[in-house]
Amino acid sequence: MSPHDSSRAGSDSVAVAVRNVTKIFPNGDTPTYALRDVSFEARCGELTMIVGPSGCGKTTLLSVICGTLAIDSGSIEVFGKTLGSMSVSEVTGFRSKNVGFIFQQFNLIPTLTVVENVSIPLILQGWNYRKAEEKAAAILQDVGLGERIRSFPKQLSGGQQQRVAISRALVHDPKLIICDEPTASLDAKTGHHALELLKKSACAPDRCVIVVTHDSRIFSFADWIAEMEDGRVVKSCPASEYQHA
Amino acid sequence: MLRIALLMLFRDRAKYMMLIVGLTFCSLLMTQQASVFCGLMLWTSATVRNIGAKVWVFDAKVEQVNEVIPLREIEVTRVRGVPGVEWAVPLYVGIEQARLSDGSFQNVQLVGLDTATFVGRPMEITKGRIEDLRLPDAVIIDQVGIAKFKSKGIAIDIGTTFEINDKAARVVALCHANRSFLGQPYVYTTYDRALQFSKPQRKMMSCVLVEPKPGVSATELADSISKLPGLKAFERDDLFWNTIWWYIKNTGIPISFGTVVLMGVIVGIAIAGQTFYLFILDNLLYLADLKAMGARMPILAAMVFLQSFSVGFVGFGLGVGLTSIFGYKVLKIEQPPFFMPWQVPAFVAVIIILICCFSAAIGLRQIAKLEPAVVFK
Ligand SMILES: Nc1ncnc2c1ncn2[C@@H]1O[C@H](COP(=O)(O)OP(=O)(O)OP(=O)(O)O)[C@@H](O)[C@H]1O
Ligand SMILES: [Mg+2]
Repeated sequence: MSPHDSSRAGSDSVAVAVRNVTKIFPNGDTPTYALRDVSFEARCGELTMIVGPSGCGKTTLLSVICGTLAIDSGSIEVFGKTLGSMSVSEVTGFRSKNVGFIFQQFNLIPTLTVVENVSIPLILQGWNYRKAEEKAAAILQDVGLGERIRSFPKQLSGGQQQRVAISRALVHDPKLIICDEPTASLDAKTGHHALELLKKSACAPDRCVIVVTHDSRIFSFADWIAEMEDGRVVKSCPASEYQHA
Repeated sequence: MLRIALLMLFRDRAKYMMLIVGLTFCSLLMTQQASVFCGLMLWTSATVRNIGAKVWVFDAKVEQVNEVIPLREIEVTRVRGVPGVEWAVPLYVGIEQARLSDGSFQNVQLVGLDTATFVGRPMEITKGRIEDLRLPDAVIIDQVGIAKFKSKGIAIDIGTTFEINDKAARVVALCHANRSFLGQPYVYTTYDRALQFSKPQRKMMSCVLVEPKPGVSATELADSISKLPGLKAFERDDLFWNTIWWYIKNTGIPISFGTVVLMGVIVGIAIAGQTFYLFILDNLLYLADLKAMGARMPILAAMVFLQSFSVGFVGFGLGVGLTSIFGYKVLKIEQPPFFMPWQVPAFVAVIIILICCFSAAIGLRQIAKLEPAVVFK
């Protein structure tokens, strides 16, 4: 398969370009090849899904894309910037500005209220608290949690927590949204709603959304699907053409 | 992010309380014990502070004020002959047995003041007149004596009589004196009468009190008096510190107090350090999230240090505050000893700062080791 697949329709510019990346975990005598010469692209204006069986390297691919994990060979370009050429601190700064995260366990800080949790990405960028909370409250209003902004995460249902997590990922208008198994902790219906919300609020012409999942029920939300197996991308095609084995 | 850090800390009620309690207990233990130690050391030098003379002359073997090796009275004349001496007077100090009207005994610290000048007189006469000390059998007794006699059912006032070594003593005035190490009441009388009260010996005088001539430094005068064979002179502050150091070196007091202070340090490190470590461990995933979301190490370090120092600050304040309340209460009844010079809270503050730094450092080590990639686990 080619990373520059000409059959790719309806997409704008390339947001993430992974070229010939290898990542090896030196697990003592038997190193694990988590990524083997992987090439992969995700485009702006699209929701790209990375799918595949457990242990195939999906999370590893996501980690190297957002620069939280160093690679052994190959190159990664995110919005035209080569991660390998930046210092750790530059990558961290780049991430705080351009990447929004949604985790499987939501990872909301339990001792902070919903609105405080959502304002963190803004505060990290130097916003003052009042402004950050105002913006956070506005976005929580949009996802239907306007009444619950002073609640603590524990007081919310799983689906509501996921909506908070989506708000936190979007509050600082990042250009890249990274989601690892966003529906794994949710039941089918709530997972469906979460993806609907994600699709509605996150997908924009200048934004790239990458979702890792092995939940075939949400494949229909994807614009593009890349399938992995044993550290390799084995299939990469528009969602409409994707046949789930 | 600092406000976020404080919110994370304060809202984790259980651990926050635990940290505060641990550090409060630790600083209370250290401040209180150190203050009692200082107070006890102060007690050892009570005679120096009660008499207050600028230069003290003893037998050459004497190391501190509570050690008495009697001198011949002729030594006063020898001391008077040293250039720079304005005046020199004899002093008698000794522990004598007083017998009360009900037949019970009480050891007292008898002080015999130079009859002509009353040099070394009690700083504070609470009732009566010092001049009445010239009346027959006259003595002045301090507040400790009044309390001790009272506990035996005898109310002491002007006119009360008792016996010192079987000789009649009559109270002519009451005074307030600094409490002595062994808690024996101070009983003041004249030098000549003190010799009559005490058991006759070949040498009777305890020491010579000296005033330097104007413009002569007490230390230099003490040095030149010390050149006289068989005599040793101390400047007042030197005698004070020599006495305290003597007790530090020659008794188990510093070790027993030091042990408790050390226990305070260990308890502090154990409770506070461990709780803080658990606090960090609990939040490790979230700190990793912050790292992934773009919080740099300096920000995380500032957060962790702020958290540890804010509990340290509160714990220190509560500990020292509680000790001050304790001190305020005990100073009224003068027991146990209590003295909190500024060095004590300063020392405790340093220890608390070290504990905070230590706790923050082990917490930070965990965070530094953290790969931001763990957030996807
Ligand atoms: N930190 C690590 N140290 C060592 N080996 C690792 C590490 N992280 C991942 N691996 C290994 O790399 C391979 C790929 O792991 P990865 O987490 O990317 O899989 P995944 O596709 O996300 O699986 P899942 O669907 O179960 O989350 C696995 O064999 C895993 O054991
Ligand atoms: Mg995974």
